[in-house]
Amino acid sequence: MQQAVAAPARSAARTRRTPHLGDALFAGAARFAGVFVLVLLGAIIVVLALGGLQAFHAFGPFFLISADWDPVQNVYGAAVPIFGTLVTSILALIMAVPLSFGIAVYLTELAPAWVRRPVGTAIELLAAIPSIIYGMWGFFVIVPIMAQWIQPHVIDTFDGIPVLEDLFAGPPFGTGIFTAALILAIMIVPFIAATMRDVFETVPAVYKESAYGIGCTMWEVMRSIVVPYTRTSVVGGIMLGLGRALGETMAVTFVIGNTNRIATSLFGPGNTIASIVALEFPESQAGSLKLSSLLALGFILFVISFIVLAISRLLLRPRLKT
Amino acid sequence: MKLAVTALAISLAGFTMAGAAQAQQITGAGATFPAPVYTKWGEAAKAAIGIELNYQAIGSGGGQNQILNRTVDFGASDAPMDPAKLDSGKLLQFPTVMGAVVVIVNIPGVEPNKLRLPGELLAEIYEGKITKWNDPKIAEANRDVKLPSLAIAPVYRADGSGTTFVYASYLSAVSPTWKDKVGANTSVRWPAGAGAKGNDGVAATVHNTRGGIGYVEFAYAAQNKLTTVQIRNKAGVYVSPTMEAFSAAASNGDWANAKNFAVNLIDQPGEKSWPIVSATFIELPKDPKDPARSANVIKFFDWAYKSGDAAASSLEYIALPEKVKDAVRAAWHAEVKAPDGKPIF
Repeated sequence: MQQAVAAPARSAARTRRTPHLGDALFAGAARFAGVFVLVLLGAIIVVLALGGLQAFHAFGPFFLISADWDPVQNVYGAAVPIFGTLVTSILALIMAVPLSFGIAVYLTELAPAWVRRPVGTAIELLAAIPSIIYGMWGFFVIVPIMAQWIQPHVIDTFDGIPVLEDLFAGPPFGTGIFTAALILAIMIVPFIAATMRDVFETVPAVYKESAYGIGCTMWEVMRSIVVPYTRTSVVGGIMLGLGRALGETMAVTFVIGNTNRIATSLFGPGNTIASIVALEFPESQAGSLKLSSLLALGFILFVISFIVLAISRLLLRPRLKT
Repeated sequence: MKLAVTALAISLAGFTMAGAAQAQQITGAGATFPAPVYTKWGEAAKAAIGIELNYQAIGSGGGQNQILNRTVDFGASDAPMDPAKLDSGKLLQFPTVMGAVVVIVNIPGVEPNKLRLPGELLAEIYEGKITKWNDPKIAEANRDVKLPSLAIAPVYRADGSGTTFVYASYLSAVSPTWKDKVGANTSVRWPAGAGAKGNDGVAATVHNTRGGIGYVEFAYAAQNKLTTVQIRNKAGVYVSPTMEAFSAAASNGDWANAKNFAVNLIDQPGEKSWPIVSATFIELPKDPKDPARSANVIKFFDWAYKSGDAAASSLEYIALPEKVKDAVRAAWHAEVKAPDGKPIF
């Protein structure tokens, strides 16, 4: 702390005497800050990979496909958390994308000007709510509603219908994959909706007006003009939401049911990579295979998120340039 | 998230150690189960003997890691530590208080302490073999209770916890199948059911789920008036979870022959004994780098043994028998030595 205070004071004193040195110092500090981010990212990857080495070594590639997670026998596999992470995130996208599209269309095409700002601000505020709040709200409000009202009725309704009966089976805990996906969907809507609104606004008015001029309905304008014009950026925004959903920890941990079995039912409990790491970390001893397996899971999540975010950057690039 | 919390706890512990020279401060980290009583003792001891306890409830595994690395003055853990690790880490282990784990249910029309469950049936429920509350095996033990045809929804602790270790140890003690297929640890591979985070998570999930069954620490069930059940003990008697039943189990424990005080209080004999009781432990370095700090740790727990029982009981913990406290004091004297070889207690 003391050093941090002293350093700028010293450099300021020098600046007055020799301006060139100050300039060099500033450039150096800025360069250091830039390189620091790269080093930090690399260091995190290296630490996760090294930490997980013991697990990768012990289980080999089977670590990725084994559904075992048995701390008593010291056997660990990543299949259940990977499955849970991907399924909840994809389900969340399926719910969030249409809703976000609706919000974006309303804000850019339908809403009167005085409504746009408050609604737009509200969406941005939704993105600022800490995930623990979503978790508590999910656990104390959504889960009881799911357990007492929605799940028993859905389970009874689909009982006896092939496929659907299996997809919606099990005791109505209220928690589970579906509830987790629902909370995730609410959490990622602001990201996707904000991106969609921004890119929809970049569509030149003259395109839309010409379409309306030849008698297109609003749906036809959206489908044939706006969406094709902004397609890559929209997909990029969706990827951004997916990236958030993949790594979300607290909110999911509260409502997913935390079970190391691959659920065949949407109402069945599961696990995600982030939730299992959060839950098991405090009881993992230094140097144990369990700790190594958790670090390996972290590495896998890092790789998945990295791929998703790289795709999103790639697709958003045209929009960011303009 | 937890990683960040742990990192924060480690750095906090480091800071407090550096800045504690003037204050009589001791630092500890570990088990969450005894955290409330340690906090209460800490407040009382600060006034009584001028020792301030800074306790970080980061989990038993974390506590063991930190005391092995000597980042704190003492570690705390619910499950007794592996004897080999105690030896290699030069640690003395001793118990502080005991607690009980109770089983809670949510079955419409079933009052607290009316449902009776033998341990084997608990194991079968958590194995997913018994799936309905009106199963003939449950009905046989409960002729006077009307049980609905309701799916059983077993709930367990999703986070690694000492409570799970105690409960799974009990299931292993009463069910050979459980011992074989699942075993006991701070987290296990549950064959059925859903997980919830923390005692409060388990309680809330059971409360929300018709047909739910779960296990929580007794203090939690007592304070929140949850629907507990009677469990059959080793003597074949169904007992309700009460302080008398817990104390009975504690006094029946074989303390004299327990190495490292790692006494097993699970499924004790005696007609009044509650079968799921366990002690929680402290790990203290035998070769303290700073003998004054370790002396303060011992002074703190000696004071807690003398004057802390009432506080423990008010939080629904069970105090240690006097003879055990004396044995621990003897161990402090014999085993914790300053660098010059003199005992520090």
